[in-house]
Amino acid sequence: MSDKITNILVVGTGGQGVMTAAEILSQAAIAQGLDVKKTEVAGMAQRGGVVSSHVRFGKQVLSPEIMPGEADILVGFEAAEAMRWCHFLRPGGVAMMNTLRLTPPVVSIGMYPYPDDPAAEIRAAGVRVYDFDAGAIARDLGGLNLVNTVMLGAIADLLPFPAAVLEESVLQRFRGRKEEWVGINKRAFDAGRQAGRAAGLK
Amino acid sequence: MNAVSKVPAPGRMFLSGNEAVARAVWDSGVRVAAAYPGTPASEMLENLGRYPDIYAEWSVNEKVSLEVVIGASMAGSRAFSAMKHVGMNVASDALMTLTLTGAKGGMVIAIADDVGFSSSQNEQDSRYWGRFGHLPILEPADSQEAYDMTRFGYALSEEYQVPVILRMTTRICHVKAMVTVGEREEHPSTGFEKDPARWVMVPGHAKTRLPMQFARENALRALAEKSDLNRVEGGSDRRLGFVASGPATMHVREAFPNAPVLKLGLSCPAPMEKIRAFAAQVDRLLVVEETEPLLETEIKAAGIAAHGKDVLPRSGELSPKVLRPAVAKLLGEPIAPSAEAPQRPALEVFPRPPTMCVACPHLGIYYTLHQMRNVTVSGDIGCYTLGAGHPWNALDSTIAMGASMGIALGLDKGRSEGDANKKIVAVIGDSTFLHNGMTGLLEITYHKGNVTVLLLDNRTTGMTGGQNTAANGRDLLGNPAPRVDFPKLVEALGVKPERIRVVDPYELPTLFKALREETKIEEPSVIITNRPCVLIDEYEKRQPLKVDEEKCNGCGNCVDVGCPAILVTRRAKEIKPSGKEVDLSFVRIETVACTGCNLCVQTCGQDAIVPAN
Repeated sequence: MSDKITNILVVGTGGQGVMTAAEILSQAAIAQGLDVKKTEVAGMAQRGGVVSSHVRFGKQVLSPEIMPGEADILVGFEAAEAMRWCHFLRPGGVAMMNTLRLTPPVVSIGMYPYPDDPAAEIRAAGVRVYDFDAGAIARDLGGLNLVNTVMLGAIADLLPFPAAVLEESVLQRFRGRKEEWVGINKRAFDAGRQAGRAAGLK
Repeated sequence: MNAVSKVPAPGRMFLSGNEAVARAVWDSGVRVAAAYPGTPASEMLENLGRYPDIYAEWSVNEKVSLEVVIGASMAGSRAFSAMKHVGMNVASDALMTLTLTGAKGGMVIAIADDVGFSSSQNEQDSRYWGRFGHLPILEPADSQEAYDMTRFGYALSEEYQVPVILRMTTRICHVKAMVTVGEREEHPSTGFEKDPARWVMVPGHAKTRLPMQFARENALRALAEKSDLNRVEGGSDRRLGFVASGPATMHVREAFPNAPVLKLGLSCPAPMEKIRAFAAQVDRLLVVEETEPLLETEIKAAGIAAHGKDVLPRSGELSPKVLRPAVAKLLGEPIAPSAEAPQRPALEVFPRPPTMCVACPHLGIYYTLHQMRNVTVSGDIGCYTLGAGHPWNALDSTIAMGASMGIALGLDKGRSEGDANKKIVAVIGDSTFLHNGMTGLLEITYHKGNVTVLLLDNRTTGMTGGQNTAANGRDLLGNPAPRVDFPKLVEALGVKPERIRVVDPYELPTLFKALREETKIEEPSVIITNRPCVLIDEYEKRQPLKVDEEKCNGCGNCVDVGCPAILVTRRAKEIKPSGKEVDLSFVRIETVACTGCNLCVQTCGQDAIVPAN
């Protein structure tokens, strides 16, 4: 591997598992012997606000922040949030997004519209984007709490290390504690991976 | 929640800055640690609760936490306190005399500045306390340094008998990175020794401590001059040399890998001769500090030419995206973005401000306050500050922890003739009331203020993540502890028993009636709400609800509750017989999120909100 830093931006809203996904990505990079820095957002963001986590890994990482125009991969857990952050992608960077739409009270009371088709707007901005209903896949396989694993599976083939490394980081969380979830998460990871491959992003 | 678990053995770990500090505190043999929660500092004490053989507490406020730590240090134990930047404003009364007594058992005080306003009412620079209190400041730049400097801080504290400030920022506290963790050392207490001339700070004694304070500062400055914590790193491009501290150091090295950087880890007292020597080796000097031009001013006062806030912003993080254009301008280079990272414009998306949770007991409070006319609402700091936002718009002021009380009294006493009939309501949470609101309520009763206080007792410190408090009867470790009796407490503070009411905030008619009656009576009254935060164990979910679409007439009343589980599915306009046009909002309820608090049911005139099953 070169000295190049890989920048992954994970975004969504409070309570969606953005932090967990970023932590798993970090653990995978650590397992590869890489230097890693990861931001965590706390405080007011946990009240349904915007959550973003920057994951940077490589030979040596200095600043923990990804700058606009420097992200290799954007993982969007919510459609409008993917739109909000897509300018962080570098040219050629990839946005992988869940089509889930979460409407905040400011939209409910009619102060702001929710964009009709966030993925189309991201595409129109010249970004390579793949959107799919991770929630539907997760529900079919056992529950909405699998969205996280599905989304990680979807970007597994875009990473500078084998997909199996990321998969192991996901499964590691359940081994020895919730064995029954190991198989379910493996299936969710594979399903996400297929969705990512279907997009032909690699 | 914080059951003591098995401590991982020394080695490499992936830790946030807060976790690294907690581990270093434990590894340094600290015996007493105290803090009041506050973003971004909370996780330091939260993590310490997971270690054995250390007394760790959630204090009632930051001042008390520092005093506990002072006492522990007097007793000869290593001690630790952590707070957010504004916490030190509260604790500083103790700090400014502590500097005269000095520390006995090693003492590190972590102050976390919320650079970039992630969750604070202001953005202040805690490095001033080092100058104000003549105390050394350590500024880590990442988790590893947070660990190393905390451990060094204890040695420094004991060698110089001085409390040490560890200056953290959000970008250190909440960033995880690899940390090499070392072996733990034991530090048994050395015991308290009577020494009134040192510990009893009456003028005669305090005066005699001043020469020590100045001598100590000179010794620390000499240390800063030779310490490896203040060192030159990086490259050979001598057109511009950087003086930087904290996370800004990493940003500088990221953005300008070829530039020399004088990195200040022991930044106060500033090593001015080292800075002078560094300045002589570069064409120009740029001071990169978050957030005030503090070093810059001192450097210029020492007769060293430097740039700083003439080219850099005075607030917010000095990340590469801020530094690159500023430095390009200073060097007279084109500011155009580099070929590899052209700027893509951000797409327009609605804002997503933080909001209250589904079924939050505060929702009914703000729904009710929003309905009331002729009311001025003095707010405070906690989740309920969100009542200032949409759709409630029901807070008129927020200044500081506990300030709702005194400000309400001031609004009462300072009212204009035109405001003679205005009702003054103060809103404060349980933890904030105990933190600094009790004295304010006494002020109201003592001066017969015409104020109605809403004391929102949700039995936790909600905004910072649900830490235990004297209001819920559990300590930091989750063990049972004495629980404050709020009706008794406010009565003891002078509120008449008949002016104290305990109400269920999910019962809108009761709440409305209580508020209307108490605001009519021209004397101090307190309405205490009694439902727990929905995020803590005490909260009991009830049967979720749904909307009967046949019955929903689109009136939108339930939307005004502000519950995130109520979603508008369709909007329409209707012309009333009077000719008036009204907006209609048809809704559905996100049943998987709903916990059946029934607030919305009470706003629905059509009985359209029904049990989901």
